[in-house]
Amino acid sequence: MKSFIHVQNAEMVFHTKKGRFHALRQINLSVAQGEFVTLIGHSGCGKSTLLNLIAGLTLPTDGALICDNREIAAPGPERAVVFQNHSLLPWLTCEENVHLAVERVFGATESGAMLKARSRAALDLVNMGHAASKRPHEISGGMKQRVGIARALAIEPKVLLMDEPFGALDALTRAHLQDELLKIVARTKSTVVMVTHDVDEAVLLSDRIVMMTNGPAATIGEIVSIDLERPRNRVELAADARYVRYRKEVLDFLYTRHGHVERAA
Amino acid sequence: MVSAVFHSPLDASKEADAAADKPKTAVATPSATARPARTPFDGRGFLLKVIPPVAGIAALIGIWALLTMKGGAFPTPADTLKEAVALFSDPFYSRGPNDQGIGWNILFSLQRVAVGFGLAALVGIPLGFMIGRFGFLSRMVSPLIGLLRPVSPLAWLPIGLLVFKAANPAAIWTIFICSIWPMIINTAAGVQRVPADYLNVARVLNLSEWNVITKILFPAVLPYMLTGVRLSVGTAWLVIVAAEMLTGGVGIGFWVWDEWNNLNVTHILIAIFLIGTVGLLLEWALVSIARRFTYDDV
Repeated sequence: MKSFIHVQNAEMVFHTKKGRFHALRQINLSVAQGEFVTLIGHSGCGKSTLLNLIAGLTLPTDGALICDNREIAAPGPERAVVFQNHSLLPWLTCEENVHLAVERVFGATESGAMLKARSRAALDLVNMGHAASKRPHEISGGMKQRVGIARALAIEPKVLLMDEPFGALDALTRAHLQDELLKIVARTKSTVVMVTHDVDEAVLLSDRIVMMTNGPAATIGEIVSIDLERPRNRVELAADARYVRYRKEVLDFLYTRHGHVERAA
Repeated sequence: MVSAVFHSPLDASKEADAAADKPKTAVATPSATARPARTPFDGRGFLLKVIPPVAGIAALIGIWALLTMKGGAFPTPADTLKEAVALFSDPFYSRGPNDQGIGWNILFSLQRVAVGFGLAALVGIPLGFMIGRFGFLSRMVSPLIGLLRPVSPLAWLPIGLLVFKAANPAAIWTIFICSIWPMIINTAAGVQRVPADYLNVARVLNLSEWNVITKILFPAVLPYMLTGVRLSVGTAWLVIVAAEMLTGGVGIGFWVWDEWNNLNVTHILIAIFLIGTVGLLLEWALVSIARRFTYDDV
């Protein structure tokens, strides 16, 4: 498969009031088109920073990031982001939240009715069509996150970037949304880069798991390819020897070799 | 109402949903009255809401009546009421510049407040936006605001008289300078507190500057801005009475001073009630506007 996102020797240094903080060092990563990659690591290891770099929300101190043969210099709708806390605008209805994105991307070329149909279709895709005219405060956390995913998918991004999208949800809702995400990605064949700290989530969803070492100056420690055929079923996989082995591999990396050391503050 | 503002008029089905939203907002605001059409009349709740304020007013009038029972310069509640009825029966007469009906006095004061406050809003709100948006500007003007804000309204009056050489613009100037601070400060605070996530959404979607302002910044800042407006109007109404006492002309403040010179204490008491009532109405109007534009943080 051809490389779609390419990160070359990316370095990230933050200059804060406390001084210089070297967050990421020597990041090299290629993501193929249609691939589902998760970034996993302990908190503070810079996985969200790496995602923000791919999103273009922050620019690297050094190195280059390329998406679809173009350098990433700014955020753009071809790289949609699903934020950890959904970030829906509370004064707009679910549909208007999605429409805001759709209008910006397709507004120049399509009629109002077509834009509306797109917003509706995106909400239907995540099974939220029934709540189109509700405001975010009227729906549950899981539903908000679905609308956030709908907003990201509605603009037909080349890449879907997700920053711990299910981190704030309870375990059952999370499992449910993971299953739905698997179905949606199978249908849309999206390229996905997702940040997570949940080992099961990573193994269940990914084609490859990128495991990061602890910060400061975190880098990619190891990459595991998950050769499990799709569609995947969480109940069947629980007893699958390969699944158990992958899971152990990730756990081993995170807790045995790169156990989280609390830094003195 | 708020739903209607943001709904596209194309979709009629949304109107129905917007109507369905309303009970929810009614629940969120305790003082909003329940809709009698659906919920049965809550007699007990109504009494509990009405009795305490009525008792408070009754206690005030009772104490007042007790204290004035033996006579003296201070008028009794009954005298005051009688005088008030006479006064309000002809609120809009005009016998020369120094003898006009109570209605005219109130309207002239309100007009000054409106002009002074309007100018303050026109300057203060955009200034607040700029201060909130640019850190340099914020650090530049915050010592100035800190220095000027605590200054008593009346200290500004001579400056106005000096510059404008007339009483009326000087009074308006005083209102302007006193009511501008809450709007600047609250608008700036609102802009500074727009969640970074919303702005990140705007960056990822690459929204136009116009969309960022109308769809994200303005709705996010509006509740803060309205708080500023409410505080400003309250201040303006406080200041006008004092300013008019000094500048003269037609207005409720001047009227109070005039009646003091006539030793008509009854009229002064009526004026105090009236000023309080108008202030209360202004506050109530702005609170109910603000409530419509406040969103639950999600």
